[in-house]
Amino acid sequence: MIHFDVSPQLLALYIPLLGALLISLAGRWPDLRELVTLLTAGVLLYVVAGMAPAVLADGFWASFAKAPALKLAEVLPGVWLELKVEPLGMLFALIASSLWILNSIYSIGYMRGNHEKNQTRFYVCFALAIASVMGLAFAGNLFTLFVFYEALTLTTYPLVAHKGSAEAIRSARTYLGILVVTSVCFLLAGIIGTYVFTGGDMTFRPGGVFRRALADGSLTAPTLGILFVLYMYGIGKAALMPVHRWLPAAMVAPTPVSALLHAVAVVKAGVFTVLKVIVYVFGPAVLVRYGVGDWLIYVAGATILIASCIALFQDNLKRRLAYSTVSQLSYVIIAAALLSPLSITAAALHIAAHAFGKITLFFAAGSIYTAAHKTEISQLDGIGRRMPITMAAFTIGSLSMIGLPPTAGFVSKWYLLQATWETDAPFVLVVVILSTLLNAAYFLPIVYRAFFVAEPRHHHEPHQSSADGDFGDSGDHHGHDAHDHGEAPWPIVVALSCTALATIVFFFYSDLAIGLANQLRSGLP
Amino acid sequence: MLDAFELVPNLPVLVVTTPLIGGVLTIAMGRGKGPWAWATLITGVVFYFTVLLMQQVLAAKTGYISYELGNWPRQWGIEYRVDALNAFILLTVAGVGFVTTLYAQKSVEKEIPQDRHNFFYAVWVLAICGLLGITVTGDAFNVYVLLEISSLTVYALIAMGKDMNRQALTASLRYLILGSVGASFILLGIGYLMMVTGTLNMEDMHDRLAALPDIVHHRTVLVAFAFLLCGLGLKMALFPLHMWLPKAYTYAPSAVSALLSATATKVGIYMAFRFLFTIFGVGFSFVAMPANLVLSVAACAGILVTGVTAVRQTNLKRMLAYSSVGQLGYIVAGFSLANVHGVAGSVVHIFNHAMMKGGMFMAAGAIMYRLGRCDLRSIRGLGKRMPLTMAAFVAGGLGLVGFPLTAGFISKWYLVQGALEAPHMWPVAAVVLVGSLLAVAYTWRVVEAAYFQEPEGESALVTEAPLSMVAPMWILIGASVYFGVSATFTGEISMRAAKSLLGGAP
Repeated sequence: MIHFDVSPQLLALYIPLLGALLISLAGRWPDLRELVTLLTAGVLLYVVAGMAPAVLADGFWASFAKAPALKLAEVLPGVWLELKVEPLGMLFALIASSLWILNSIYSIGYMRGNHEKNQTRFYVCFALAIASVMGLAFAGNLFTLFVFYEALTLTTYPLVAHKGSAEAIRSARTYLGILVVTSVCFLLAGIIGTYVFTGGDMTFRPGGVFRRALADGSLTAPTLGILFVLYMYGIGKAALMPVHRWLPAAMVAPTPVSALLHAVAVVKAGVFTVLKVIVYVFGPAVLVRYGVGDWLIYVAGATILIASCIALFQDNLKRRLAYSTVSQLSYVIIAAALLSPLSITAAALHIAAHAFGKITLFFAAGSIYTAAHKTEISQLDGIGRRMPITMAAFTIGSLSMIGLPPTAGFVSKWYLLQATWETDAPFVLVVVILSTLLNAAYFLPIVYRAFFVAEPRHHHEPHQSSADGDFGDSGDHHGHDAHDHGEAPWPIVVALSCTALATIVFFFYSDLAIGLANQLRSGLP
Repeated sequence: MLDAFELVPNLPVLVVTTPLIGGVLTIAMGRGKGPWAWATLITGVVFYFTVLLMQQVLAAKTGYISYELGNWPRQWGIEYRVDALNAFILLTVAGVGFVTTLYAQKSVEKEIPQDRHNFFYAVWVLAICGLLGITVTGDAFNVYVLLEISSLTVYALIAMGKDMNRQALTASLRYLILGSVGASFILLGIGYLMMVTGTLNMEDMHDRLAALPDIVHHRTVLVAFAFLLCGLGLKMALFPLHMWLPKAYTYAPSAVSALLSATATKVGIYMAFRFLFTIFGVGFSFVAMPANLVLSVAACAGILVTGVTAVRQTNLKRMLAYSSVGQLGYIVAGFSLANVHGVAGSVVHIFNHAMMKGGMFMAAGAIMYRLGRCDLRSIRGLGKRMPLTMAAFVAGGLGLVGFPLTAGFISKWYLVQGALEAPHMWPVAAVVLVGSLLAVAYTWRVVEAAYFQEPEGESALVTEAPLSMVAPMWILIGASVYFGVSATFTGEISMRAAKSLLGGAP
């Protein structure tokens, strides 16, 4: 075993940063550049996975209280940039780093297959975004969390604006605008408010930081309520309605970005932060006692249903997936808002479970775009016969969204339903049932269309070039014409098969995720 | 006395006399690179002096250094008095002065005819001298004298931009008129104060004002206060008295814009600190008089109005000029809170903004150097052609926005904390946060143009600016990032300055 002189959480932050540097240096040799990306992703997963056993160990919380945080820099007197590993962050880092490898393989196929420009900038920003995710996952206090939260917004902006077209720039403006407005106006105000009321204490600890201020009367329940609202709407990445508009806007980005960042890393960073704030800053017990978090259940429930209804009417595949993401994110929030130990577990699990299914769906959407240049659902008649692997993976992803066994979505839904019974929350139960029906209503028709509707006869499709025909050694996968195509380039097919497989494997073997989620629960006072 | 020939005890006066004499001598340095080299030497030496001075102040047990010119006791002579606040401002002014002098060489070569270089650098060094002098002195009339030195030289510096654009002349004239009005108001204010107190020494003034019975109804004091507030408002470009600033910064030579944005208005704010806090005292200025209300309303309106105006500009330098007025609004809003964190936020933002805005004006100047103009259209696609310059501009812009790990974030943190701590001042916190959104809007127009649009015309052919421009630019931008990641030094100095200001004694 290699002995690390630096602690692994620091490595997890530095590896993607170093990767970004090397990628930019290797920019002139695309094959080398992609190799660097894959190697970086591999090493990162190795390092992150190596940290898991310690977090799963029995006496973790006892040592957590004693262990000092890893201090990076003293930004203001007494305000440190610091890292500390805890189960929720561990889970998030594991998901992001494992999916980064698959996503990198996929990116190679997608970016080359679609002849995207500025690919070096793309891979550099991607690595920087992953570095921000690692920093976010292992943040030891609110300040550090905010730093990396903003860094994630900034590093993903170039990825959204990647194409440079007027539409891309406009959408990227919406993206940046909403995320920055919410984080600067609400989240930062909330954090500074926390700093003022707690006398400078922003450390994450189970049970929250407000107990003393509440006990001595310097913080009253209404102010606590205002702080909670500031946090929940400040975390724009969680896409709680009505601040969800940036997510559909972000769909203008190349599909690998939508897949890893806007189905997994960025949006999960949002709900991860929500969960972290509820568990470690406010503390579920405090929120229950002062009753300031009840509204969140209803807002999240409404978000789930409204977003699902909007998804129902989207013809653009990626937009439908985006609204599905908005709705699925609020599953995590509604679970967290139930504030029972079991529901916290369900929220953490859903962060993991949703990731595999949703990335598969996006991979499939990008695969269709690369091979067939189709973006609308109404164009997908019969495409399952041309792209059987892609559409099979899409089907698995859909089942996971609906929450059917044997897929990942079932696992978290099981826990969530358990929590609704335990906390006696009929509203949540109704929302989950309705949403399941809606999920089925907007995913299954796509599957039906792809496999059971005959492909229409095309008479003319003049603008399609042979762009998809010259992907290196995979040319034999392609036809010369848009309506005579097969599967997408092999890296795409490999990546989406892996994630589809992972969605199923997660159903049978979710010990790691459940272990971490239970560890999170066991830390609650 | 041997004392007179030693360096360290005489630092406070050397900070002024070195550039005063050196500036005059610059004229004799010939036509080639001589004047520039000499100016670099002088400003470098002065910067070194301010660093030493800072060390002295930090080591001093009383927290300040007092220096009596010519050993005349301060009741009769002039006292120079340096504490944490002005040591910090001196360091900022001298540091930026030195770095911008390094930067000036290429830029001035291009923008000003060679036969006037010696005059340019002479005036340049004298301007820095005046600004340092205002900051170091503890004598109210001496402030006025040095204010005139700095003002007259700055008018000249701005007018030197006439070879690039004739509008520099009207810009300079406008500043001359408004600046003279401001200076006369300040002089009147100082005169009335002298009538009442019979002294010109700031600390004595404070003591005697405090001893006056019923100062709140003392007509002369009130008139002095009003004159000073208006005069200082003009000098520090407090909205709506900022009308001279945008044109002046837009048409001045690029190096001059960088120097002025980072130092001139900052010294105006320093004067406001001295008059409002040290001479009148917090109790009079902010409790008995409604200075906090007047200043915070003007500052907040300034942040919002100039922010919106900045978003609508297409000329980069003009955009930065409006942004400067807004950023000065942050500084004024901070000290108008009259609590420790608010004042500390304002002090630290003087430094942070000097680094960021100085660096950004340098970047705009580098674009001018290559393209001859710097509007949003001409910078299209420049992210690839001039990567270092545009990266510096964006890094500075992120600082103005107040993204974490930039210096601007530190200022914002203190300001918001101060606003939340002061009773009923939370709207200031809201304005500070909304202001940073406006900064996103105007910075992002540049990002979009430089990185996501295709270049057109000659912009497609330019190359990176010369090293002698890029290096100073990155020194300032680098400092703004460094002091955003680790702000313990700037934070502690500002807290110390804030505490001593609020404590009353200089």
